[in-house]
Amino acid sequence: MTALIALEGLTKAYPGVVANDDVSLSIAPGEVHALLGENGAGKSTLVKMIYGLVKPDAGHMQMNGTAFAPAEPRAARAAGVGMVFQHFSLFDALSVAENIALGMEHPPAMRTLSQQIRDVSDTYGLPLSPDRTVGDLSAGERQRVEIIRCLLQEPKLLIMDEPTSVLTPQEVEILFKTLRKLSAEGTAILYISHKLEEIRSLCDSATILRLGRVVGHCTPSETSARDMAEMMVGTTLKTPMRAGKTPGDVVLELTELSAKSPSAFGMPLREISVQVRRGEVLGIGGVAGNGQDELLAALSGETLSKRGMVGFKGNDVGLLGPTARRALGILSAPEERLGHAAVPDMSLTENAMLTGAAREGLDRGGILDWAGARRFAETIIKTFDVRTPGPANAARSLSGGNLQKFVIGREVLQRPELLVVNQPTWGVDASAAAAIRQALLDLAENGTAVVVISQDLDELMEISDRFAALNEGRLSEPSPAQGLTVDEIGLMMGGAHGMEVAHV
Amino acid sequence: MDLSVINPVLFVAGFLVAATPLIFAAIGELIAEKSGVLNLGVEGMMITGAICGFAVAVETGSPLIGFAAAAGGGAALSLLFAFLTQVTLANQVASGLALTLFGLGLSALLGQNYVGIKPPRLGDIDFGPLADIPVLGPVLFTHDIILYLGIALVAATWAVLKFTRAGLVLRAVGESHDAAHALGFKVKRIRTLAIMFGGACAGVGGAYISLIRVPQWTEGMTAGVGWIALALVVFASWKPWRLLLGAYLFGGITQLQLNLQGAGVAIPVEYLAMSPYLITILVLVILSRDKSAAPASLGRIFHASS
Repeated sequence: MTALIALEGLTKAYPGVVANDDVSLSIAPGEVHALLGENGAGKSTLVKMIYGLVKPDAGHMQMNGTAFAPAEPRAARAAGVGMVFQHFSLFDALSVAENIALGMEHPPAMRTLSQQIRDVSDTYGLPLSPDRTVGDLSAGERQRVEIIRCLLQEPKLLIMDEPTSVLTPQEVEILFKTLRKLSAEGTAILYISHKLEEIRSLCDSATILRLGRVVGHCTPSETSARDMAEMMVGTTLKTPMRAGKTPGDVVLELTELSAKSPSAFGMPLREISVQVRRGEVLGIGGVAGNGQDELLAALSGETLSKRGMVGFKGNDVGLLGPTARRALGILSAPEERLGHAAVPDMSLTENAMLTGAAREGLDRGGILDWAGARRFAETIIKTFDVRTPGPANAARSLSGGNLQKFVIGREVLQRPELLVVNQPTWGVDASAAAAIRQALLDLAENGTAVVVISQDLDELMEISDRFAALNEGRLSEPSPAQGLTVDEIGLMMGGAHGMEVAHV
Repeated sequence: MDLSVINPVLFVAGFLVAATPLIFAAIGELIAEKSGVLNLGVEGMMITGAICGFAVAVETGSPLIGFAAAAGGGAALSLLFAFLTQVTLANQVASGLALTLFGLGLSALLGQNYVGIKPPRLGDIDFGPLADIPVLGPVLFTHDIILYLGIALVAATWAVLKFTRAGLVLRAVGESHDAAHALGFKVKRIRTLAIMFGGACAGVGGAYISLIRVPQWTEGMTAGVGWIALALVVFASWKPWRLLLGAYLFGGITQLQLNLQGAGVAIPVEYLAMSPYLITILVLVILSRDKSAAPASLGRIFHASS
C-alpha cells in the first residue's frame, strides 16, 4: 500500500539545539502510528513541520506521492491534516462553537455549526455543549473542543498530541473507539503519548525519537511497555518504590467542606469530609471539572472556607490565605502550569521566590534575598533534572514536562507538612513521571501528608495508600488503594453517569 | 435662575451633536482594542483629522470631501503607530502617547493659515414631512448625514463583531494572538487594518468638531474628547451599544451644563464644566461592574516565535 504521508530526512535546528536530525517515517492510510520520545526528543517540532507551523531546514515530505510542503497551517489543513495541540490553541473568551469556527476554512452558519458539533460529539462520544465559554471549561473539556474541531474537517491525517492525559478510563475507551472507527474509515492517525499501555492497545506501529533522531521502530502490540520506555530513555527504568508504613497523626481534617466555585461554570464543593495522616498518600480521582480545581483552591487557601471546615494539625486554617498556610507548611501545586503554578514571563529564579519566600527564608523583613532564590532554583533544577540553560530563563521557555518537574520540585524541596498536587505528571514523559512520583512517595516516607489529585488512574493506583473520587463536587468514601478494581473505581467516579457531567 | 430658558427640543438635538465626535473616536478605538491594540493616540488622530478635514473642506468648498480627507489624515497618522507597534514592536502605551503629542503639534502647524476662517456648512438631510412632526421632528430629523452615519457605524460594528467571520477573527486575534497565529491568521495584518480603521474614525470625529459642532479651527480644539473616548471604551466593557449610551450620557451632560451656565444656576462654572467627565465615568464604572471583558491580548506585543 502506498504511504499517505512520507517524511524523508527532515532536519530542523534551533540556535544551540538540533530539534530534529534526519527524521524519516511514513504512515499508510488508516494506520495508527505512535510517535514516542521523552520531553524534548523533538516530537513537537516534527509534528509542527507536518502542520506547516515550522519549516524544515532540510529534507522533504510527500503526501499521496506528491510533494507536500505546507507554508502555513491553512495549507496543511487544506491538504487534509488536522492537529490536536498539546498546549491548547483555544480562545478563552469565545464560545465552543466560535472556537471551532475559527479553525475551519469555510464554516457554516453558527446554528448549523452548533448542530454539527452536537452530532459529532454524540457520534464520537465526546459530550460538549457548543454555547459554553471555553474559559470556563476544564482541561478535559477543552481537549474535546480541539478534537471535535479536527473531526469536523474530516482530516486524512489526524495528529494527536497527548490526547488522553486528562480523560477517565471510560472516556479513553470511548475516544479509542472513535479513533479506531476513524482508522477503519481510512484516516491515518499520528499519535503522541507517554502512556505506553494505551499505545500498545491502540497503535499499529511506532517510531521512537531520542534527542531528535529516530532510534527505533516497533510494533507496539508485540513490544512490552517497559522495552519501549527503555528505548525512549536509552537506559533502564526504575519503578517507584514505597516502603510499608503506618500512617501517623491526622494532619489534614476536612469537615463537611462546602464552597462555591469562583468560576461561574465551575463545580461547587459539597460537604467533603476526609482525614489525611502523616506519611499517607491520598489519591483523588475523577473526571475533569468535578471539583478538582476548587478542592485544590480550598486547601491552598486561594478560596477561604467557613470556620471549622479545614483543620490542620488540630487548628482551624480555613480563614487563612495562601501565604499564611504556606508558612504553616501547607504547600500546593495547581494543575495549570503556565499562569497558575508559574508566571510564564518571569525567570525560574523569580518563580522560585514566589512560592519559596516564606519557607526558604528568602524574605527578610520585606527585602528579598535574590542570591538565595537563585540557589534555591538551581537546587530544584539539579535535583529534579529540569532541562534548561539556567535559572535566569523564563518559565515560558521550558517544555511542559520540564516546567512540571520544576513546579513540583519547588514545593517538594520546601519540606511541606501537607502537599496538595493536581495532575502532577500531566504531559511528563515516563522517566520524569517516575521521578516525580518517587519524590512524592519519598516525601510521604518522611512524614508529609500528600494529597494527589489526578485523572491518571494508573498513577493514583501506583502511589496512593487510599483512593477517593470526586463526582459533582462530592468526595466518595476513601478506600484502601490496594486491591481496587477498575470497575469499582469507575463506580466511585460516577461510572457512565460521569459522562453526563459535560452536558450541564 | 431661570430654567425655562432651556428648550428641551434644542437640548436633545444639541446633545446628539455633542456626542457624535465621541461616538466616532470611541467606536474606532473599540475595534482597535478588540484586535488587541491599545492606541492611546486617539486625541492626536482626532485633532489631525480635525485640521485635515477643515483645510480640505475650505479649499474644495465641500464638507463631505473634507470628512473623507479627515478619515484619510487620521488613518495616515495611525499608520505611523502601526509601523511602530507592529513592525518595530515598540511599546504600545509609549507609542500612543507620542502619537497624541505629535498629532497636536502637527495639527497646529498645518492649521496656521486657517485660524479665523469659517468652513463651508454641511446641510441637514431633507426628511420632508418627517421634520415637521412636533418635538420628534426637530429632535430626530434635522441633522447632517455624518451624525446618522455615526449611529449606523455603532450598529454595523455590533453586527460585524457578533455575526460575521471577520468579526470573529478580529476578536480571536485580540483574545490570543498566539492561538490565532497557530491557526494561520495574519495577526499583524489584521491589527494594522484595525489600527487604520481606528485612525479613520478618530479623524472623522475630529472633523465633526471643526466642521459642524464649533465650526471653526482653533489649536487643540478637541479638548480631551479623545481621552474620554478611550475611557468610554473601557467603561463600556468593549460593547458597542453601551458605548453609544455612554457617549449620549456624556453629550447630554455637556449640553445640560452649558444650558445651566446660560440659565445662571448658582453653581460655580468649574463644577459644571467638570460634571460631564465625572458623571460619565461614574455611571460607566457602575455599569461595568460585571465581569470585565477586556480582550486578553490587549496591549501585548505579538512576535511570531515559531
